Amino acid sequence: MANIISDETIEYVGILAKLELSDEEKEAAKKDMADMLDYIDKLNELDTDGVEPMSHVFSMDNVFREDVVTNGDDRSAILQNAPGEKDGMFKAPRTVE
Amino acid sequence: MGLLELTAAGLAEKIKAGEVTSVQAVEAVLENIAEKEEALHCYVTIDKEGAIKKAEEVQKKIEAGTLSGALAGVPVAVKDNICTAGMLTTCSSKILGNFVPPFSAQAVHALEAAGAVILGKTNMDEFAMGSTTETSAFGVTKNPHNTAHVPGGSSGGSAAAVAAGECFFALGSDTGGSIRQPASFCGVVGMKPTYGTVSRYGLIAYGSSLDQIGPLTKDVADCAAVLEVLASHDLKDSTSVARKDTDFSAALIPDAAGLRVGIPRDYFGEGLDSEVRAAVLEAAKVLQEKGAAVEEFDLSLVEYAIPAYYTIASAEASSNLERFDGIKYGYRTPDFDGLHSMYKKTRSEGFGAEVKRRIMLGSFVLSSGYYDAYYLKALKVKALIKKAFDEAFQKYDVILGPVAPTTAPKLAESLKDPIKMYLGDIYTISVNLAGLPAMSIPCGMDSKGLPIGVQLIGDCFQEKKLLRAAYAYEQAEKEGGSRQGLLL
Repeated sequence: MANIISDETIEYVGILAKLELSDEEKEAAKKDMADMLDYIDKLNELDTDGVEPMSHVFSMDNVFREDVVTNGDDRSAILQNAPGEKDGMFKAPRTVE
Repeated sequence: MGLLELTAAGLAEKIKAGEVTSVQAVEAVLENIAEKEEALHCYVTIDKEGAIKKAEEVQKKIEAGTLSGALAGVPVAVKDNICTAGMLTTCSSKILGNFVPPFSAQAVHALEAAGAVILGKTNMDEFAMGSTTETSAFGVTKNPHNTAHVPGGSSGGSAAAVAAGECFFALGSDTGGSIRQPASFCGVVGMKPTYGTVSRYGLIAYGSSLDQIGPLTKDVADCAAVLEVLASHDLKDSTSVARKDTDFSAALIPDAAGLRVGIPRDYFGEGLDSEVRAAVLEAAKVLQEKGAAVEEFDLSLVEYAIPAYYTIASAEASSNLERFDGIKYGYRTPDFDGLHSMYKKTRSEGFGAEVKRRIMLGSFVLSSGYYDAYYLKALKVKALIKKAFDEAFQKYDVILGPVAPTTAPKLAESLKDPIKMYLGDIYTISVNLAGLPAMSIPCGMDSKGLPIGVQLIGDCFQEKKLLRAAYAYEQAEKEGGSRQGLLL
């Protein structure tokens, strides 16, 4: 089964992925994604009825600890990497007028 | 024997014995780096002053008798997706091109506690997505055995640095083969430990359920020594496992008596280069001569590992890489109109083509309407693959096969056809899906003079069996005087 990725799908996935693709990139993405999905469709050859999806190989339990702060105040070290900083906070573009 | 030819453990012994200092070792490596780096480009960042200063501190502690580990004073290179406090950590991506972490990864703390001296950060495929180190935003790393060829990837800088003597050992990370395949292409030893053995704290995430940090070394004994230092139970990584059997060097026994070795027929089918096949089967014969019981078997499901892997890894990547938003760290686009425009432009300009390809695919397979058909289906197939390995390990201690279908391809040949490149991961990828330990050790050269690696796969937590088999093989080859794939 050949997958065909529509313009709408690429637009939609671009929104989900927060990526702005050029027209050229969009065309390439349509082809790449269709090729990959054709390839991934191979998994449908396997009967997985009744198989539990395995997200982790070992049985994972929640790891709990006391709610005690163990790290120090490293605000200024963290903010040194921020593209925008003001008054000890991350500076983001205006979101509400 | 020159200083640079020493193994990490060999160097540590000489430092301990007072025959050489850590500073001299660092200076020798830096000199070698200065000579070779232009041709090879193993590093993104080289911290000359920091390394010499650190070596001086470490040397004092060694002389004072307060530091005496197996790696005390030994210069190491760290893959650039592992955070180092105060040292640039880029993931070989423009989007993290200026990122200086305020903290170090747990693996880096472990190295430092053992007295290893960090030289710098090695080049890699951007965000570890690739098999050639060509998707790096900071240039291509070349294979030290032949600079017209790739070193493999994604830990290509680490593998090339070890092979070229630009460090005594290195850290890499392995999500689908990213330690083992470059180790194979560069003729060094590389191990991906059992999932959960080495803390992922401070490893910049690609596919969190698959990622694992591990050593790239000059020989098997170094691999055991480094793994001993790295393995720890870390509360900062909720998937970290508390293990007691981490005295890995105890497994270095030069015979394979009683080891049951299985050779999966499915790993020797179409697409496998004939010279690689011959070298790998020859390695199996050596283990047999050393006392192992070797037989062929059918592993099954091998061809389903790649589609399952790319579904799961891309899904996890699309989620993990959401954090790169131009606000907290890294690159921010200079021109934008509002918050969403800033997000989109920052990410579109900051990520390279392969990373965008995987984020797009991952976003799609997780999206409403496709989640069950693709993502859940892949997780079910993962369960089947794990079961196939469980059955195999009831009969065998070690599964032996090739690491990659070919030796290192030429530069610029792989990226043209992504699916073909992904197919090169066929022998390594299922190990990550099943959480298993596996290693690559050099087992010869092809007629072009490029190294070939043999892969040993073990059941979860059975690194010692791998190390024993690997050591037995390595010692046998040394005795035979024919050890090929030797370091440069």
